[in-house]
Amino acid sequence: MTTLVSRRTLLKGGLAVGAGLAVGFPVVRAARGVARAESPGVFAPKQWLRIDRDGVVTIVNSVPEMGQGSLTTTPMIIADELDVVLDQVRVEQAPANPGLYKNPVTGNQSYGGSRGVRDHLAMWRKAAAAAREMLMQAAASEWAVPVESVETEPGAVVHRPTGRRLLYGQLVDRAQALPVPQDPKLKTPDKFRYIGKHVHRRDTPEKITGRGIYGVDVRLPGMLVASIERCPVLGGKVKSFDGTAAKRVRGVKHVVQVSNGIAVVADGFWSALQGRKALQVTWDEGPTAQVSSAMIAREYEAAAKQPGQVARNDGDAERVLAAGGRVHEAVYQVPFLEHACMEPMNATAQVTPEACVIWAPTQNPGGTQATAARLTGLPPEKVTVHTTLLGGGFGRRGEVDFITDAVETAKAVGAPVKVMWTREDDITHGFYRPATYNSFRAALDANGMPAAWRTRMVGPGILIQKGRVKAGEVDPAAVEAVRNMPYDVPNLRIEWTNKDFGIPIGFWRSVGASQNGFIIESFIDELAHLAGRDPYEYRRALLGKSPRHKAVLELAATKASWGAPLPPGRGRGIAVVFSYGSYAATVAEVSVAADGAVRVHRLVAAIDPGLAVNPDQVKAQMEGGAVYALTATFYGRITIDRGRVQQSNFNDYPMSRINEMPVVDVHILDSGEAPGGLGEPGVPTVAPAVCNAIYVVTGKRIRTLPIDREELKRV
Amino acid sequence: MISLTVNGTRHQIDVQPEMPLLWVIRETLGLTGTKYACGMALCGACTVHLDGAPVRACVTPASAAAGKRVTTIEGLSDKGDHPVQRARTEVDVPQCGYCQPGQIMSAAALLTSTPSPTDADIDGAMSGNICRCGTYQRIRAAIHRAAALGKGGAR
Repeated sequence: MTTLVSRRTLLKGGLAVGAGLAVGFPVVRAARGVARAESPGVFAPKQWLRIDRDGVVTIVNSVPEMGQGSLTTTPMIIADELDVVLDQVRVEQAPANPGLYKNPVTGNQSYGGSRGVRDHLAMWRKAAAAAREMLMQAAASEWAVPVESVETEPGAVVHRPTGRRLLYGQLVDRAQALPVPQDPKLKTPDKFRYIGKHVHRRDTPEKITGRGIYGVDVRLPGMLVASIERCPVLGGKVKSFDGTAAKRVRGVKHVVQVSNGIAVVADGFWSALQGRKALQVTWDEGPTAQVSSAMIAREYEAAAKQPGQVARNDGDAERVLAAGGRVHEAVYQVPFLEHACMEPMNATAQVTPEACVIWAPTQNPGGTQATAARLTGLPPEKVTVHTTLLGGGFGRRGEVDFITDAVETAKAVGAPVKVMWTREDDITHGFYRPATYNSFRAALDANGMPAAWRTRMVGPGILIQKGRVKAGEVDPAAVEAVRNMPYDVPNLRIEWTNKDFGIPIGFWRSVGASQNGFIIESFIDELAHLAGRDPYEYRRALLGKSPRHKAVLELAATKASWGAPLPPGRGRGIAVVFSYGSYAATVAEVSVAADGAVRVHRLVAAIDPGLAVNPDQVKAQMEGGAVYALTATFYGRITIDRGRVQQSNFNDYPMSRINEMPVVDVHILDSGEAPGGLGEPGVPTVAPAVCNAIYVVTGKRIRTLPIDREELKRV
Repeated sequence: MISLTVNGTRHQIDVQPEMPLLWVIRETLGLTGTKYACGMALCGACTVHLDGAPVRACVTPASAAAGKRVTTIEGLSDKGDHPVQRARTEVDVPQCGYCQPGQIMSAAALLTSTPSPTDADIDGAMSGNICRCGTYQRIRAAIHRAAALGKGGAR
């Protein structure tokens, strides 16, 4: 049926498994009338692993692999608690089946928010431990010895007093008949074989040989390839079109209208692109055609002059600010940003009257299934979703617009279709990180410490735009890392005003914290300098109620030799932000050339993720988060002109490159707390640490991103 | 008809001569390791070797490769054991991995011309390749390691 990698084609065999310890598929067992230990939607340990009679252990990874290493981390956790050799287990990507594979915290089968490990760790460990106890019980029964007298070694149960040993595969049939323990005993951390150790990534071989299959690499018999012409104005629709000339282009097979534009369906991508050029489309541009960046900025500024909705209110900030004294004001602004995943959006679909099959690089298998079910009228269980490797995700691939493209096009032409976006489609039709405007006002007390602080934030709310939070409420994504800012300020008021001009917005790596870390950590730095205090010591003094912030701040400062002399022309800046369950701090070391060019020499980062399951990959995520943040610090800006995104490719929406890469030195603080996220927490501290260092070097305070080199030019 | 030699195999291909080599490789020949990401030679994801020299396949017309030797990631080594690939495994370079075939082809070409590259050499040869996951620090480390492996420095 497909040329996809084996771990997905294996899945079919897995579902049909009758022999073997089907610790995997309670639905299948229920269908056969076998009693189940759990009801659907409740904690069900068994869909995550299975062992067959040959002893082959298969671990089902529900978290899409988008670079974070889930194809390694998920099996590490399960193999450790099951007590099997990691190199010998097979790993499959879970199908879309929210009943079985939903995230137990969010309740859906969609992955964002750095939730891979932190939301699943406890459940996976428990599932694997339950399976291990069942295998031990099976062996104990076989040998007629108390279960307390047996133990496991990798892949086998042993009875030391008699030297007897049975491989897991030999215990499958007996174990299968046992009830699933509800409260299995977990390993103590000192017994971990993999968790907390440096484990090499399992997916490297397929990623360095070109064998790995991403969405764009899917090939099916009879498959056509489509490219969709979209309205240049965001949200615009097709009014009319003429596909006659496009259809005459060599290789073009069909021209069809779909929700997101006109799909040119051809024998290959190049032909589809040539067909697109020959299309004639008249657009109904819609209301967004009236929207431009300059207008948005004016509206934001006007809105910030009025009180917003109160997101937090401690004490009476307005009264203290009105009393005067040393009052400081500043305005911080950040632009819209696009994710720019290296693999442009794409999906492949095959739609028949009976079923729909989708191959997609998606962060959202559950949403993909639901979308396809809605578009085809099929029940969800008739929609199969194969999650391929993702060429970057960063939040963009939680959306389902590219799924809609593929399903509608495939349905319209009656053949399997891969819809591929160009880079230009990708940059101009994204779900952008919100642009925001933030005014700050603070009063310092006699000791220079903040006595009152007010932040007024203006921008659109992602959760409100997506209908997940009611309009009129404070959007939690908009105010994250501001509402819960850690500094001990007795009179603190945070306000937010929802200003949404219909530009599609979405979750961009670290979401609200991506910009709010910058504004809070820059403004606190301003106050430190105003007070004549060392910015590190000033923060420490205000973190009395936030010990985990303080600990990572101190670790970063220590490792960066904060306060030690630097070569002439260099300066340090520091920042600390909590996001997505983890605490992170960064010290940046920068210099600024006479032409305003900033060189970031070194970033020293500290992270407290509670538990670092694969420490080397924790570091990798911090290194990568730093680069993502540096791109936003120096380059990232999406602007809108009459509803059109003005950037289109890496020439006008540039990315940081290897020649700009600083040394990134990551230190992990294993606090033993509940596990936090890792994909996102490396991002928020970088821009403020860099800009705070620039202030030290130049005396210029950066309050708008990306950094304008002209402002840093010395005459 | 265009005659191409890809990874040592000769092909006679009936495509429009202006079609970029990238689509010939990916769609006509089914070698999907070479990636599309920008279409304008801005990111290096499509890097292949043409008679040993790195080129961006997304802007190289198929006709320009006629009669030449094309090497893609699939043809770089028999078992994924080119020093650049071995070093990447040791250093755990790839994250999402999408840009890595292009990065590897650029790095392999660098090491052919400059067996012991300095950091400046690496910047020069590799700054045309974007990695959105930000694996640059490890790419650099892995190129230095590959240089050592290439000289028999493996241990």
